[in-house]
Amino acid sequence: MFKSQPIIVGLDIGTSKVCAVVAEPNEAGAINVIGVGQAKSRGVRKGEIVDAAVCGEDIRNAIVEAEQMADVEIRSVFLGVTGAHLRGFNNRGFHPIVSHDREIMEDDVQDAVKNAKAINLPAENHVVHVIRQHFLVDGQDGIVNPVGMFGSRVEVDVHVVHGNFNRLQNPIRIVKGLQIEVECIVFNGLASALTSLDNQQKELGALVIDLGGGTTEYVVYADGVIKHTGVLAVGGDHVSNDLAYGLKVPMGRAEQLKIEQGSALVDRAVRGKNLQLANSLGLPEKTVNLEHLRRIMSVRLEEIFQLIADDLESTGLLDYLRCGVVVSGGGARIPEIQKLGEQVFGLPTTVGKATAISGLKSTLDQPEFATAIGLVKFGAFESKKRGESRTLLPRGLRGTLTQLFRRG
Amino acid sequence: MQTENKLPSVQNPRALVGKIIGIGSAGIHAAGYMAQTDLRELSFAAVHTDARTLENSIAPDKLLVGAGLMRGLGAGDDPDLGQAAAEEDFPRLKALCTGAELVFILAGLGGGTATGAAPVLARAARETGALVLPMVTMPFEFEGHRRQQQARLGLQQLKASADGVLCLPNQKLVKLLDEGARALEVLKLTHELLAQGVRGLWQMLTRYGLLNVEFADLAAVLRGRRWESSFACAQAIGEDRAQVVFEKLLSSPLLDEGKQLPESEAILVSVMGGADLTMADVNGVLQRIHQQAEKAQLVAGAAIDDELHGQLAVTIVVSRHGQCAHEASGAAAGFSRGSDSSDEAAGPEIENQFFGAPARQRPAFRFVPPPPELTPEQTKRLLAQRGGSSSRRRKAVSIWSQGQLPLEIISKGRFDKSEPTLHDGEDLDVPTYIRRGVSLN
Repeated sequence: MFKSQPIIVGLDIGTSKVCAVVAEPNEAGAINVIGVGQAKSRGVRKGEIVDAAVCGEDIRNAIVEAEQMADVEIRSVFLGVTGAHLRGFNNRGFHPIVSHDREIMEDDVQDAVKNAKAINLPAENHVVHVIRQHFLVDGQDGIVNPVGMFGSRVEVDVHVVHGNFNRLQNPIRIVKGLQIEVECIVFNGLASALTSLDNQQKELGALVIDLGGGTTEYVVYADGVIKHTGVLAVGGDHVSNDLAYGLKVPMGRAEQLKIEQGSALVDRAVRGKNLQLANSLGLPEKTVNLEHLRRIMSVRLEEIFQLIADDLESTGLLDYLRCGVVVSGGGARIPEIQKLGEQVFGLPTTVGKATAISGLKSTLDQPEFATAIGLVKFGAFESKKRGESRTLLPRGLRGTLTQLFRRG
Repeated sequence: MQTENKLPSVQNPRALVGKIIGIGSAGIHAAGYMAQTDLRELSFAAVHTDARTLENSIAPDKLLVGAGLMRGLGAGDDPDLGQAAAEEDFPRLKALCTGAELVFILAGLGGGTATGAAPVLARAARETGALVLPMVTMPFEFEGHRRQQQARLGLQQLKASADGVLCLPNQKLVKLLDEGARALEVLKLTHELLAQGVRGLWQMLTRYGLLNVEFADLAAVLRGRRWESSFACAQAIGEDRAQVVFEKLLSSPLLDEGKQLPESEAILVSVMGGADLTMADVNGVLQRIHQQAEKAQLVAGAAIDDELHGQLAVTIVVSRHGQCAHEASGAAAGFSRGSDSSDEAAGPEIENQFFGAPARQRPAFRFVPPPPELTPEQTKRLLAQRGGSSSRRRKAVSIWSQGQLPLEIISKGRFDKSEPTLHDGEDLDVPTYIRRGVSLN
C-alpha cells in the first residue's frame, strides 16, 4: 500500500463511449474527481460487447487518458454492466431466531439475507446485486435495522439484480486482459441513480431513467430503498437508426442530425420546414423534412418512456414517485425531454445532476457521465465498507450492500 | 343485479319489437328459412324489385319497390337501379319499418337490389328510430370480380347507414362443406348460419342476463367504419363444455380458424346456457378468448335460456381492421360503368356517383344522350384518348388486385445482425414510426 486512501476508478463501457472517472476520497470521506478519460466506443451494441479486440482498444484509450489527467496509475476499476439480459425482482427471505433470549443478532440478519438470495435461477444466471429493502420482525413491517430487537422470526425484503453469467463475464475478461483488476461489477442503472438522486429524493420516491446509447436503464427508489430495476435494450442508437431509415440518410449523418436538430417533441413551428444538408464540400446534397425528423424521434422516445411507464404501472409503483422522474445519460441532452417525460408519466421530470461529489465541475455537469460517477460513488461506499469490515467485522460483509444504499 | 330486462324501450321494458327484413332474392330466401325456425317472436318482411320472387315468398309483409322504374322485373344486377328503386319507394320502406325497435336486414350483397337498396332500407329504418343491424353475405369467388366489388361497395355504404353490419363471406362456407355437397345444402348452410347469428344476437339482447349486453355494446363493437365484423356460433354439451365450445369457435372457418382473434379490435361474446349455467363456464370461455385476443376490447354477456338446459351456446362477434375500405375505393376505379361521363372520376368519388346520385333520377346509362357532332378526326382522337385512359384504369385495377404477402421486410439497419429486442411480440429494433403506422407525408 502506497497510499492510505487509494484512488477509486469507475469504468463505464457504453454503446457510444467508454468512459473512466478517477476520484480520490478526501479526509472528510467525500470523494473528489481528479481525472476523466473517454474514448468513442466501437465494439458495443445494445450495451453488450460484440467486438472484443476493438472494445479492448477503446478501454485502453479511455484509461490512459484518465491516468494522464489524474496523474495516477490505474490498477483496479469498478465496472459498470448492462444489457437486456439483466433482470431485477423482489424477493423475501426469513430466518427463525433460535437463541434463548430472542435477541436478533447480526448473524441472524445475514442468514435471512442469505435465504433471500437462494432463488430459483437458471444455472447460467449470476446474481449481480442483492439489495436490502426492509425487515419484518414477527410480521411487523417497515423495520430498518432489526439488530438488537427481540423477535422469533426475522424476514427481509431484498431486490435482486441478476443476469447471464457468460455475458457478464465478457467485459470483465476484456478489462482483466488489460492487466486491470475488476473490484466489483455494478449495474449501470444503479450507478446512475446514485449520482442523480439525493437522500431526500430516494426517501420520497423517484424514477431514474438512464437514456444511454444502446440501452435504457431505469431504477425506482421509494421509501429510501430500491424497489424496481429494469433494462430496455433500446437507446439513442435506435433513434439514429430510425432517422437513417426514415430520412434515408447514412447512419453518421443521422447521428449528427439527431444531435443538432433533434427534439423529443414535435412543435408547430417546424411544420413543413426543410433542412438543406450539405456534403463535405459544402454543396447542397439533400433536403430532409424537419417535421419528419422530429416526428420519428419523438415517437421512438415516447415509446421508450411508455414502455417504462407500463412496466411501473403493472408493478403499481407510479404512485410512489413523489419526487418525479430524473433523466440522465446522453439522452438527457435531448431538448424537451423533460416535457415528454411529464406528458408520459404525468410527473415532474428533471435532468439529473451529480450530487454530493466534488471535483472537476465540467465533468459533473454532464449527464453522460452519470454512470461513471455513480460507479465511483459506489466504489467509495464499497471500499469504506471494506475498510470498516476489516477492522470491525473480520468475516466481512461479502459484498452485500447494506444501509449504505438505504441512506444514500 | 339488474332486475328489469335490458332493452332500451322505455314504455315497455319486457318486449322488444324486432323485425327481419329480407331484401333481394337471397335475403328473402334467408328470411323465409328463418320464419320456419324458432325465431317466431320476430316479424318478417320481404322487399324486392322482382315481383315474382316476392310472390313466392312466405313473408307476411311484402313490398315491391321500384315498380315504376322496372315494372317489377328486377334490377338486373345493377346496384344503381336497386338504389333508385329504393329511393323511389322510400316512404313505403319507412312505413314498413315503423313500429320495430330492432331491424335485422338480411341481404346477399353483389347483385342489384340488395347491394343498391339495402343501404337505403337501412337509412329508412334508422329514420323511424329503429336500431338497424344488417346481416349480409358476400358472393362466392366464382361469382366473379365485378360482383365482389359491387358487394364491397355495398358493404361500405351499408356500414355508413346502419348501426352495425355483420358479414358472412360465402367463400368461407366452402371449407365447412365437403366437395360432394349439393347446391341446396350450401344454400341451407348459409341460411342456417345467418339464422344462428340472428338468433344469437336476438337472444343476447332479449334474454334475462347474468351479464347484460345492451344494444349499445353491440353497436360499439360493430361501429368502426374501417372494421370488418364477422361472427360465429358454437354449442356444446357435457362436462368440459367451455373448452369444447372454445375449440369449436377456434376451428370455425368464419373466424379464419381463430386467426382473426389475435388481430381483432373489439370482440363481443355472448354466453348462453340453461339454468345450470355456472360462472366457471362463463369464465372459462371468456378467459380463453381473452388469452387469444389480449389487445381487443372485450364485451361479454351471459344469459339464461331454459330451453338450453345442459348446453352452452356461445355467439361471438369479432371486429378487426379490414382491407375492405381500401380495396373497395381502389377497386371502384374499375367499376365506373354507371355512366359514360365518369371516365375521369377518381376512386373516392365513385362511391358518390354510384350511391349518392340524386334520388329518383334514372341512371344515366339507360338514357344515352345523342352524341355531340364531331368531325371524324375529333372522333378518332377522342376514341384514342378513351382507349388509352380505360387501359390505364384497367392497369390501375390490376395493381390493386395484386396479392401481397402480409410480411413487409424492413431493414433494421445497424441492428440487423444483433439479437432482436422483443417486447410483447414487437421487435423494438424496427423504427417505432413504422410499427405505429405514423405516416410521413
